[in-house]
Amino acid sequence: MTNGARTLYDKLWEAHLVATRDDGTSLLYIDRHLVHEVTSPQAFEGLRMAGRPLRRPEAILSVVDHNISTQNRTTEIAEETSRLQVAALVENVQAFGVPYIPLLDDRQGIVHVIGPEQGFTLPGATVVCGDSHTSTHGAFGALAFGIGTSEVEHVMATQTLPQRRSKNMRVRFEGTLPPGLGGKDLALRLIGQIGTAGGTGHVIEFAGSAVRDLSMEGRMTLCNMAIEAGARSGLVAPDEITFAYLAGRPMAPAGPLWDQAVASWKTLATDAGAAFDREVVIEVSDLAPQVTWGTSPEAVVAITGCVPDPALAASAAEREAMTLALAYMDLRPGTPMEEVTVDVVFIGSCTNGRIEDLREAAAVARGRKVAAGVRALVVPGSGLVKLQAEAEGLDRIFLEAGFEWRLPGCSMCLGMNDDRLEPGERSASTSNRNFEGRQGRGGRTHLVSPGMAAAAAVTGRFTDVRRLLEAQ
Amino acid sequence: MKPFTTLTGTAAPLLRANVDTDLIIPKQFLKTLVRTGLGRHLFSEIRYDAEGRELPEFILNQPAFRGAEVLLSGPNFGCGSSREHAPWALLDFGIRCVIAPSFAEIFFNNCFANGILPLALPMAAIQQLAEAKGPVTVDLPEQTVSAAGLCFRFELEPARKNTLVQGLDEIARSLACLPAIEAYEANRTQATPWL
Repeated sequence: MTNGARTLYDKLWEAHLVATRDDGTSLLYIDRHLVHEVTSPQAFEGLRMAGRPLRRPEAILSVVDHNISTQNRTTEIAEETSRLQVAALVENVQAFGVPYIPLLDDRQGIVHVIGPEQGFTLPGATVVCGDSHTSTHGAFGALAFGIGTSEVEHVMATQTLPQRRSKNMRVRFEGTLPPGLGGKDLALRLIGQIGTAGGTGHVIEFAGSAVRDLSMEGRMTLCNMAIEAGARSGLVAPDEITFAYLAGRPMAPAGPLWDQAVASWKTLATDAGAAFDREVVIEVSDLAPQVTWGTSPEAVVAITGCVPDPALAASAAEREAMTLALAYMDLRPGTPMEEVTVDVVFIGSCTNGRIEDLREAAAVARGRKVAAGVRALVVPGSGLVKLQAEAEGLDRIFLEAGFEWRLPGCSMCLGMNDDRLEPGERSASTSNRNFEGRQGRGGRTHLVSPGMAAAAAVTGRFTDVRRLLEAQ
Repeated sequence: MKPFTTLTGTAAPLLRANVDTDLIIPKQFLKTLVRTGLGRHLFSEIRYDAEGRELPEFILNQPAFRGAEVLLSGPNFGCGSSREHAPWALLDFGIRCVIAPSFAEIFFNNCFANGILPLALPMAAIQQLAEAKGPVTVDLPEQTVSAAGLCFRFELEPARKNTLVQGLDEIARSLACLPAIEAYEANRTQATPWL
């Protein structure tokens, strides 16, 4: 920083600094706040108890996504606690005058899908949500991070958050991604290398030719998983791809204000010569599709690889962790990943529930059948994604292949609704976490891209999607 | 918020890396509308079998550790989701201090909002604490952790320490900056009217 050159993160931070307090912490202004039913009830209750008003209700966009059925919206949610949590959000947004997208509205969807879709997420903004995958919105050059419920309440009351400045990290993906690979493979490849704590304390700016070539959907997938690398935020500098995505979105600026905004957004890039505390460069031209084998997103191998052997672990602690993970996953060291069979395929989530993801999966499913004994779900990330997919005929491709075509929501990513793995079931999932029990008690999750998930659905085992694409 | 100064209590070792928030409090317990009552669900899936019976080998089910107030664990504790239900569950069980070599950021932040001290020590020190006889004493003002024959100093950012020792209301602190917030908003309306 001695040369005055600043990173994108430096610029976003400095533009939102309200005050530096005497204890050295900074008060950061929050432009946009996404709210869902799971992490907000105690925040609204906190405001009520303290008699505090909501400072800027119009800075919030709220929706229900975690608890809702993906099969039926016309009858009440069967499980009482889920029903009550959904009802509590509706009550709270009415009482506090918060903008809300109703459950039966076409715009309803996963909070991290609808924010960008509505143009609520904008470059240069600070975006928070009581959800760790808020990092998704960094794909627009917004400083976006997940917060806890006490912080949700804090933002509601003050429109600010006390923050500590993070370190700057840059990850450059250089080269050209081979056909059949996308943002998910980049994310998994990175986490496999730096680990789930590799980005702790840092904001990661994603750069390099392979990132510039990614669509907004691909960039969102990549930034979404920055949190799985331990970084609260991921960032991609906005460019023409970003502006083209946002133009005409309902909540994006229009007319002269749009031109003014774009001119400002074009300054949101890291200056030449700006210093990063850490830099990682990954060459991607030879990358193979990635798949996880264990119970942490860092347990990654290429689909061409095998289940790793704990005997080759670098330390005793790592050996023990690997052994535990393999026991939970019921996998034997040395098994080729392509020999591992699946019971369930889940295509959806805030990581991979967007239109491009569904196109990628449909391209593999087209003209094929879901393998016998495999249950395969496609859950669009929002009502608008669902309508777009249906306009393109993707729903028919999935249905004819034997996939279930569901209503939008978080669904089996974490199974807060009734979409869950049964004990012992193994999934190929386009979601973001393969923790023990994440998709259901005793469930075994393998994280993959939408194309790889569809490939697993039609073959019944993990399969290199490139082979299926070549065969078409 | 209840201030945190010193704490003497039993330390339960759960010495594994990457204890994630799904493990601390699984999804089915996130449907609550209140902050309390989650203690009985803490670590549910490794604490109880599928029928809800206690698994006797799990550390917090063992008689010596049922009343633990300190948890000892491995690196990257609290990784995963932003759910504040994780610190709420720990607190409701009675744990007010987690000692681990490192913490995931959102979990770390959430602890301070709930009067829990996430305390970083090297793994070797944590191993020694796990093997020590008798209770562990955490002295936040002095920034030390001690047990029979052991004493370790730990680092903590002064502002973080102050929040816990004084039990500060962070929202009230930010509202005290209201003039600065209003000035920022006035300027922002000029500079970035689309926001």
